[in-house]
Amino acid sequence: MAQEYRVLLEYADKIDPANAADYIKVGGYKGLEKARGMEPKALIEEVKKSGLRGRGGAGFNAGMKWSFVPQDAPVKYVVCNLDEGEPGTYKDRIICQKNAQALLEGMAICGAAIGSNQGYIYCRGEYPFVVDLLKRAVESAKAEGVLGDFDIEARMGAGAYVCGEETALIESIEGHRGEPRFKPPFPGVEGLWGVPTVVNNVETFACLPYILTRGAEWFAGIGAPKYPGTKIVTLTGDVVNSTWFEVPTDMTLREVIFELGGGVKNGKKFKAVQVGGTSGAFIPEANLDCPIDFDSMGNMGAALGSGAVLVLDETRDIVDVVTRISKFFEHESCGKCNPCREGTFRCREIMEKINNGNGSEKDIDNLQLLSKVMQKAALCGLGQAAPIPIDSTIKHFKHEYSRKLVVTSGKGGH
Amino acid sequence: MPVHTFCEGGEKMANYVDIIELYRGKKGGIIEAFHALQNEFNYIPEEALGLVAKTFGVSEAEAYGVATFYSYLSVKPRGKYIVRMCESAPCHIAGADQVVKAIESYLGINVGETTADGKFTFELCECIGQCQATPVVTINSEPIFNVSPEQIPEILSACK
Repeated sequence: MAQEYRVLLEYADKIDPANAADYIKVGGYKGLEKARGMEPKALIEEVKKSGLRGRGGAGFNAGMKWSFVPQDAPVKYVVCNLDEGEPGTYKDRIICQKNAQALLEGMAICGAAIGSNQGYIYCRGEYPFVVDLLKRAVESAKAEGVLGDFDIEARMGAGAYVCGEETALIESIEGHRGEPRFKPPFPGVEGLWGVPTVVNNVETFACLPYILTRGAEWFAGIGAPKYPGTKIVTLTGDVVNSTWFEVPTDMTLREVIFELGGGVKNGKKFKAVQVGGTSGAFIPEANLDCPIDFDSMGNMGAALGSGAVLVLDETRDIVDVVTRISKFFEHESCGKCNPCREGTFRCREIMEKINNGNGSEKDIDNLQLLSKVMQKAALCGLGQAAPIPIDSTIKHFKHEYSRKLVVTSGKGGH
Repeated sequence: MPVHTFCEGGEKMANYVDIIELYRGKKGGIIEAFHALQNEFNYIPEEALGLVAKTFGVSEAEAYGVATFYSYLSVKPRGKYIVRMCESAPCHIAGADQVVKAIESYLGINVGETTADGKFTFELCECIGQCQATPVVTINSEPIFNVSPEQIPEILSACK
């Protein structure tokens, strides 16, 4: 029987997340103390050795990301991405509401590694109560004197999915429209207000205290060797246990859905699962024995992404769900680059046409061509990922599309 | 039926000049200033937007560009209660469409409109990160979970 493995959420609901003293009682801030006693280079090496990779979706080695920051720059920033806009995702909210101090400690550890004394948390506008909690948590940590000269400010976004992209997020903290920047330069070299900046996800930062106190080898030994540690997954849709779990990264999707998740609701059969949020691929039953780690998911043309797990039962209309998703991307495209602005508009238009029973094979061909163009030419991850739900469902659930096409040659159709 | 606390509190009046002044000199503080204005007025009044631009040293066009980029900011007057229905995929499959119809029918307005008495504005939104209990409606950012169309009259009539 698959089991949860709680590291970040071991003390969930047992401590007050805003209270630094509570956190210290269960071993908190020991990792930061250790980090501050290390040479920055050795600290970065330790994080690299742990194999910790970004938990926001891109899966980049965290220590490696930090090593790009020039040590001699006079001012540097640590930025936490708490924008979590991927539909079906709420893990970062859970980490804050259960263990906010671990996030603050992780940011301060990053500060010690890159030589920064200012952190920003960019929290999505949908979570004003999390912003309040984080402000209290920072005050509490300051009162305990554990942050030293590292300061953290929480800023609130205002409802824009694209701000989860790190350069758009930086633009938003600077008070601009949240439009992604051209890269390079990458934020590690030229980020917030033009200075070197590390942007990491909440979950990535929150792993750091445990890596420092328990050791890089310990962390590297959990779960999948190439994407070690735990991952917090959020189960939604037609699943019995619609809640969050912290699991080792070598757990399979089948175990997540059928053992922890309790299987499909109301005794119905499984049809598909979309992993990683609304930009993720749809996965059929045949592929459920895949471990959830970044590389295993990537190898089968899907993505772990944010760790959202949306389960659809046998009665769900895939084309209808994907049509809704295409509306999401049209709404959230920032409009800066043409492939995404026009592409998401056309995706939605064609998906609606098919969903309404007016589509043809030609429309499906056009969708696939459009998808290629967007994946190659869009400026940021939003436009590149937007067609993935369409692509993956045409691949695995083509019959659902065919069923809705207009009869043109005497076969197919309704 | 969840307990609603969002309907409490009386009318507040404040001078937008004082609100904006609090953010003067704050790097990147323009969005914070907009949030503060909205907390008070439920939208960003035109005169206030002009003063924000001046205070932060940007053109009015730029300030307007920022205010209209984000879906939670509004430059048009809105009701005292902003009702938002999440229509992202997890809420969609949980029956968001039926809840939208129930809200429209109870309030007698369509999505994007404000009731004639200025009490309610109804908007659609994307995922608000409460997908453990879909479908989700928010009233002035307070989430209400597992909403069914039948509950809508009770939920909305609690807003005084």
